[in-house]
This record gives sequence, structure tokens and C-alpha cells, in this order.
Amino acid sequence: MNWLIDFFGNAANWSGSDGIPTRILEHLEFSAAAFLIAAVIAAPLGLLIGHTGRGAFIVVVSANAARALPTLGLLVLVVLLIGVGTVLPVLIPLVVLAVPPILVNTYEGVRGVDADLRDAAYGMGLRGRQVLFKVLTPSALPLILLGLRLSAIQVVSTASVAAFVGLGGLGRFIIDGLATKTYSDVIGGAVLIALLALAVQLGFTLLNRVVVSPGVRQVR
Amino acid sequence: MNDEPLVRWDWIARNWDNGGPSAIKTLLESHVVMALLPVVFGLLIALPLGVACARWRWLYQPTAGLMNVVYSLPSLVLFSIFLSVTGLTQSTVIIPLTFFTLAVLIPAVVDGLGSVPEHVRQSAVAMGFRPLRRLLQVELPVAVPVVLGGLRVATVSSISLVSVGALIGQGGLGNLFIDGWQRQFYTPIVVGIVLIVLLAVLSDGLLVLAQRLLTPWSRARRRTA
Repeated sequence: MNWLIDFFGNAANWSGSDGIPTRILEHLEFSAAAFLIAAVIAAPLGLLIGHTGRGAFIVVVSANAARALPTLGLLVLVVLLIGVGTVLPVLIPLVVLAVPPILVNTYEGVRGVDADLRDAAYGMGLRGRQVLFKVLTPSALPLILLGLRLSAIQVVSTASVAAFVGLGGLGRFIIDGLATKTYSDVIGGAVLIALLALAVQLGFTLLNRVVVSPGVRQVR
Repeated sequence: MNDEPLVRWDWIARNWDNGGPSAIKTLLESHVVMALLPVVFGLLIALPLGVACARWRWLYQPTAGLMNVVYSLPSLVLFSIFLSVTGLTQSTVIIPLTFFTLAVLIPAVVDGLGSVPEHVRQSAVAMGFRPLRRLLQVELPVAVPVVLGGLRVATVSSISLVSVGALIGQGGLGNLFIDGWQRQFYTPIVVGIVLIVLLAVLSDGLLVLAQRLLTPWSRARRRTA
């Protein structure tokens, strides 16, 4: 508890380029960029693969690879290979790790839609694309959102580890605190990242309430 | 960025078993211990808890909510927090990873027990199985595929997550990443990634094999179908 008071009570921690507000903004900035890039790649791909049924093996491979690949190793290797200095080399592993949860869950969501529902949509005269966007996507929305949530949390988490290879953000408090044995910074940083992760979790729970059709929600 | 080759085989040969604490073999051993003990502990805790949640449904909602929160916490956060409690020991990695395992396995056990068809349960009752024996000899075996599915996810994640522990000084093969980064030297990083992925693939394969052995009926059914 004393560590928390030391960290949050220290006025110097609240201002400047290494202050808490700056670090939170940095963390959000990198995370949002990586997450949006991943979502733009993975969501349409997942919808397409789920709808056409072609390329399902990509989904399986990416799901397994993402789980087995060690985050830290990937980060360190890519940054060493491409070179330190810019944000790009750190962004690449963040995006790579953020894609699979969205891809897998979007695919599963579309695949899992009741076949009767799909047939009914075709029977009513909807075209392939209309079926995908007007029937399959809304029905699969809970799973798609789950994928987006898991991915966002993965990004927030990986971005903290990325402080080790020189990225700013909240991970800096942990990494620098460990290096200088300032445990109040380590614990303070950990608490801030935890709060950020929980905020993301909560945000998606609320989003779920708003965007998922009540009819779909009742079935679950 | 430099002419360093991705892999220097002579470095691997020299450091595989150099007798020191940074020998690849030593790191591999500690990695296996720190990755698999949480899975074992997690399974031992998740089975009774999962059974309890399936039996008393009101328990499940709060447990699942709590596990969801735990699962959303980055591993680095939990490691850092436990560092102040358990210090620079393997427990600092093992305890948080046990929580992650629980977050995957408790829902798997509950879903697994939920996947037992009602007619199977009723047949067992009609044959005179008492609740405990019915659980051990009928319901849990039928739940094996779902539970093992969760176990595979937990094992592979655990093996890869241990390496983050290197940032707090206990990372098994993850220490190779730190080493390679500090010396701008690719070989240890590549060795670490390859060994971790191999370890994950091997464990996953063993669990698939275990599932085949534990559920011989699923194969028999496929053959007749």
C-alpha cells in the first residue's frame, strides 16, 4: 500500500514527458493504432472466410501460432531486425498478435449462425452479400465483439511488454522501475495497466449492450 | 541492421550445456517446470471448482466474472505485483500462471459437464449410480474432450507466457530474449522462439494423444458411423 502512496502521491509523477498522463496517452495511442490496423485486416477476412468457407485453414493456423509464439521474443527479434528508433518495428508484432483473436472469433461467429436462418434469408431472395451483412453479421456480432475485446486486451498487454524494447507507455514504469529497483513505480505502473485493461473490458461489455440486437441477445 | 547471421550454430553448440546458469539446457528445464506446474495446479483446482459450479449454478456467474477479470490482466502486471510478495523466485511466475490456467479451465469443466447428454445421466441414475460414482465414472469421462480442449489452450499459453517472466528475472527460455537484445545478437532470440514453439507443439500433441487414449469410444463411434 505504501508503494501506491509513494507512486500516486508523488507530484513529479503527474507531469512532464514521463508523467502518468503522458504515459497513459502514449499507451492508448500505440494500442489504438495497432488494434485498428488489426481490426481492419482481420474482421473483413474473418467475415469472408466464414461466409465462403474457403481458407479456413488460415484461421486454424493463425489461432495456434498466436498462442504458441512468445510475445517478448517476437518483439525483440523484429525490432532488432528492422532497427530501433521508429514506432513501426514495435507496431508490427503488436498487429500480428492482435489479428488472430478477431479472425478466429469472427470466423466462428459467422460459421455458427443457424443454417436454417441462412437458408431462410436466401429463400426470401437476399443475395450473398446481403445475407452476409444483413443476417450473418448481426447474428455473429456477440462473437465478433468477443474477438475484438480479446484482441484489444492482448494489445494493451503486449504494449506494456513493448516498453522493454523502447516503446513509451505505461510499461515504462514497470521496466524502468525494475531496472532501478524502484518498486513503487513497478507496482504503480502495474496497477495503471490493470485499470486500463479493465476499462477496455468494461467498454466492450457496454458496447455489447448497445450494438447487439435484442433478439440475438435473448437467444444466448 | 548488421551482417550478423540469424543463427550461429557454434554458439548453440557451446552454450547448450556449458555448466553455468545460462546454459540453454538449464533454461529449458526451468521453463518446463514454470510452464507445466501452473497447468497441473490449475487442473487440480479447476476440477473440484468446476464441478461445484456445475452443481450449484448460482456459483458460476460470480466465478466466471472473476476469472474474466483475471484473464484480462496482462501477465507482466500480475508478475510485477507478485514480485513484491514472493520475490525473485519461480513462484512469482507459477502463481499468476495458475490463475490464468484457472480462467481457462473452470469454464471448460463447467461446459464439459454441461455437454453430458441428459439421457446418459438418466441411464446412469437408472442403473443405480450414486451421485459421486456417477460423476467420476460417467459424467467426467464424457466431459473429457471439452476439458482437454481447455487444457490444450492453457498449456500452450502457459508455455509461451513464461517467457515474459524474463522481464522480472524468472523467464526460463525468455532469458535468451533479454540476452540477445542486450548484445544485439540474433541467435539466442531465435533459439528461444524455436524451442518455445517446439515445446508448445510437443505438449499439444501429447494432449491430443491423451484424449485419444482417454476416449476410446469416440473412435469406435466414428468407425461404425
